[in-house]
Amino acid sequence: MESIISISDLGKTYASGLTALSDINLDIHRGEIFALLGPNGAGKTTLISIICGIVTPSAGTVSVDGHDILTDYRATRSKIGLVPQELATATFESVWAQMEFSRGLFGKPPNPSFLEQVLRDLSLWDKRDAKIMTLSGGMKRRVLIAKALAHEPQILFLDEPTAGVDVELRHGMWEMVRALRASGVTIILTTHYIEEAEEMADRIGVINEGKLGVVEDKNVLMNKLGKKQLTLTLQYPLELIPTELAGHPLELASDGHALVYTFDAQQEHTGIAELLRQLDQHGIGFKDLHSSESSLEEIFVNLVSEKA
Amino acid sequence: MNLHGIRAIYLFEMARTWRTLMQSVASPILSTALYFVVFGAAIGSRVGEIDGISYASFIIPGLLMLSLLSESISNASFGIYFPKFSGTIYEVLSAPVSPLEVVIGYVGAAASKSVILGLLILATARLFVDYEIAHPLLMVSFLLLTAITFSLFGFIIGLWADDFQKLQIIPMMVIMPLTFLGGAFYSISMLPPFWQKVTLFNPVVYLISGFRWSFYGVADVNISISVSMILVFMLLCLTTIWWIFKTGYRLKN
Ligand SMILES: Nc1ncnc2c1ncn2[C@@H]1O[C@H](COP(=O)(O)OP(=O)(O)OP(=O)(O)O)[C@@H](O)[C@H]1O
Ligand SMILES: [Mg+2]
Repeated sequence: MESIISISDLGKTYASGLTALSDINLDIHRGEIFALLGPNGAGKTTLISIICGIVTPSAGTVSVDGHDILTDYRATRSKIGLVPQELATATFESVWAQMEFSRGLFGKPPNPSFLEQVLRDLSLWDKRDAKIMTLSGGMKRRVLIAKALAHEPQILFLDEPTAGVDVELRHGMWEMVRALRASGVTIILTTHYIEEAEEMADRIGVINEGKLGVVEDKNVLMNKLGKKQLTLTLQYPLELIPTELAGHPLELASDGHALVYTFDAQQEHTGIAELLRQLDQHGIGFKDLHSSESSLEEIFVNLVSEKA
Repeated sequence: MNLHGIRAIYLFEMARTWRTLMQSVASPILSTALYFVVFGAAIGSRVGEIDGISYASFIIPGLLMLSLLSESISNASFGIYFPKFSGTIYEVLSAPVSPLEVVIGYVGAAASKSVILGLLILATARLFVDYEIAHPLLMVSFLLLTAITFSLFGFIIGLWADDFQKLQIIPMMVIMPLTFLGGAFYSISMLPPFWQKVTLFNPVVYLISGFRWSFYGVADVNISISVSMILVFMLLCLTTIWWIFKTGYRLKN
């Protein structure tokens, strides 16, 4: 995989003395959707802000498409679009004026038809003459996305793009992000909606207290860390788990009508065959069975609490 | 050079002026007109001539300087302070624009506004007084230099200020008094000898005096000193801004 952003030994200590990031090493692959997960204050926004040029790093280097973000900032910044976490939209300008401003600021010649397309894609075309102040929160967020796309960036940072966006719009936004990736844009997003990362990301990085933990392909991460559960619906309810089965990680559920077996999906020997044989031996019949995987959210909570 | 970027900032800032036309243009013109009525017509008729110039004409360069200084400072300081305050500055910081380009965009717009305003005030003055401009070229150069220099100064204040009070305090507490005591309404030769010496420490004296020379060919101090003063101040502002951007002071964490 060719990397488009290369972060090495990056660290940030704010003037307050707080170390927000330390020893970050990360490569973002060209064309992928990368989700950065972590609890509040983990350092996600700080990391993004450094790459975009808003915060100066205390240590380490970042290169974007082979250009250093400090010495060659014109090259790196013109490739990047940023949708910030905070809704900084206390402005009197119209949506259209803001779009023209953003495009020009990033060094691109005017292109009204392109800007129109961006606004249409984000269902903002009707609002082009509206003052930004008068828009709803969700619309403002979309304006920020439109502004970030106004200069046709190759890399898009979305810092919690769907915070405060209703379900329907969120799905619309996911569509848009996928379409962008299909057109070759690399996307890095942060989110607190695990569902979102699970839905969209190709790879996931977990950051906590300024340190990058796991960075993994989403599916691999889910396989590796995901626990599977096998639920057996019993023919006759049990009061207790028979002592003969005590060696298995079993739990009773649904008032004794179901038996839940938890196992590691990645393990070759899941122990299921063994379990079923023993059930048969002890005459415990079941009428149904199904297995389920834990969600990324559960994985994520596990990761964070293990570290803490 | 990111010319599109400079243009975007410049046009964006100018658009703000047209949107707030009443506040940014009409009100300074109105207050200048009031000065003419009060000082020029009412009081001026009792004062008589200074250096062979009617009092109403005498105060024109000073009044113009007064508006020029305060408008340049407030335009430029607000222009950069507001995005910092509202958070929209992130976009400029993340854009492929150099500090110089940012300064050209913001300061250029603020200075343009001041120059336009200055010319409008001059036109307004014409309604009240007949005046001549002895050295038009020098007058325009002075106008431009002052507008640019004090827009730079305002830009620094806007970068430095982290609340609205700080934004106002220097124009209110420093610039206003210095301008009023800078000989806008009198010739410093009218002061007692001791105060004539003290007043020479006021940089605004050199501005007003030089500007008046470009109108009427008379001045309290030598014109070349006036021109050097403004150039030195401009250089000082540029150096300060360069330092601010180099260190990221109050702009980046
Ligand atoms: N300008 C600043 N000055 C000092 N400390 C800061 C500054 N900005 C952020 N921090 C601190 O750095 C740490 C990381 O903050 P950051 O905003 O990067 O977290 P985050 O992962 O984006 O959190 P969230 O999910 O809440 O957005 C926090 O402890 C925060 O208080
Ligand atoms: Mg954040």
